[in-house]
Amino acid sequence: MSNLFPLSVEGALTRRRGRVLVGPVDLKLDPTGTTMVIGPNGAGKTSLLRMLHGIARLGAGRINWACEEHEAQRHQAFVFQQPVMMRRTVQDNLAYPLRLSGVKRAEARDRAAVWAGKVGLGAMLTRQATVLSGGERQKLAIARALIRDPELLFLDEPCSSLDGRATREIEEILHGVAEVGTRIIMSTHDMGQARRLGTEVAFLLHGKVHEFAAADTFFPAPATAQARAFLNGDIVE
Amino acid sequence: MSDLLEGALQAFWLVFGRDPVLIEISLRSLRVTLTALLVACVIALPLGAYLAVRRFRLRRYVIAVLNALMGLPPVVVGLIVYVFLSRSGPLGVLGLLFTPTAMIIAQVIIIVPLIASIAHQALRELWSDYHDLLISMNASQGQRIRALLWDGRRALLTAALAGFGRGIGEVGAIMVVGGNIDHLTRVLTTAIALETGKGEFALALALGFILIAIAIGVNLAIHMLSGTEREGRW
Repeated sequence: MSNLFPLSVEGALTRRRGRVLVGPVDLKLDPTGTTMVIGPNGAGKTSLLRMLHGIARLGAGRINWACEEHEAQRHQAFVFQQPVMMRRTVQDNLAYPLRLSGVKRAEARDRAAVWAGKVGLGAMLTRQATVLSGGERQKLAIARALIRDPELLFLDEPCSSLDGRATREIEEILHGVAEVGTRIIMSTHDMGQARRLGTEVAFLLHGKVHEFAAADTFFPAPATAQARAFLNGDIVE
Repeated sequence: MSDLLEGALQAFWLVFGRDPVLIEISLRSLRVTLTALLVACVIALPLGAYLAVRRFRLRRYVIAVLNALMGLPPVVVGLIVYVFLSRSGPLGVLGLLFTPTAMIIAQVIIIVPLIASIAHQALRELWSDYHDLLISMNASQGQRIRALLWDGRRALLTAALAGFGRGIGEVGAIMVVGGNIDHLTRVLTTAIALETGKGEFALALALGFILIAIAIGVNLAIHMLSGTEREGRW
């Protein structure tokens, strides 16, 4: 039984200094699958994720979770494009979300060690998180997001500054996460990654969801000329 | 120049001769300032973190006033504390005037704005890094403040040391509220002022060198104990 889904978004928009960053957006999301949010720079991918997660304030419209709004955020996690490393060790970074939920220190650290092992950071538990490489940081950020077992995971271009090997490692982690039933909403610039991971696609343009379709429908035959041009690598304005 | 040399020599003999008066006033200096520092940190560090995290209507003005209070004239603070603690003042009944407690109160008032301002500056930077993450993790206001205080502890150490520096070298306020009473409220700075007034420049200089040595020693000790500048540590 899902706490969050079905999710319906009705005319939601977010503004900054009077300017609409994204919206109005209307969406319906089911409890399973991986939604890839794609679109050109400035289309509003990050803003959409931030609005859905509640980091960006809703300027208008509604986001209807299956549970109360304040309850909904407890079942979600967010991985940022530039992973935020707390000034602590790897283990303490991982344990922090658990400590926030009231888990005892010893238990939180044990679970942190297990998760560090799962993402290949088991040998780095005592290392300061701020000295990790880009790929290691992103893996740590993903593990930290997953440690509270969220129902929904947002990822904002998690592989944008990583090389091929680190990207593959991250994708393997995300495959595993999706397999155990975690709902993923992820933005990306990498169409190969969108094809590999996505079960549905939201194509954004000028702050609006221009096209929303199953991945196996969208990629072979996008419905709009702009989406077709974007997939062909043309400049879409 | 001869006064300086004589002062250095006298300082050497005072220290290595374990002069009991010197030990007494040095320990009192440390006790007063470290106690004031502890109390000030308990007030100022959470205040700095709160101002970094919380947005409220008059926040900008509170920060501006706090910054302005960093330059609070100690002698004026001393005078105000004196008025409050004097026999006819609102807190006169406590009988604290001309006691080390009165000196601690004056020092706390002087160093709280300094520590809070430096802490706020340091934690504001950290908060801009942590803002989205902690909101995303659904951290409460108290949890956010605690995270900033813990993760920013090395920057906060600088704030505390600045407060210590201001406190240990302070003379105006503690002279007014302490009275520089021998064996009771005399500390290094007031003793220096007294010896200078008596024309005992060499002794005053000797006490000054010892004061500087104590300030440097405490700073070094705290830095070493907290592991600042260790590789890969914050």
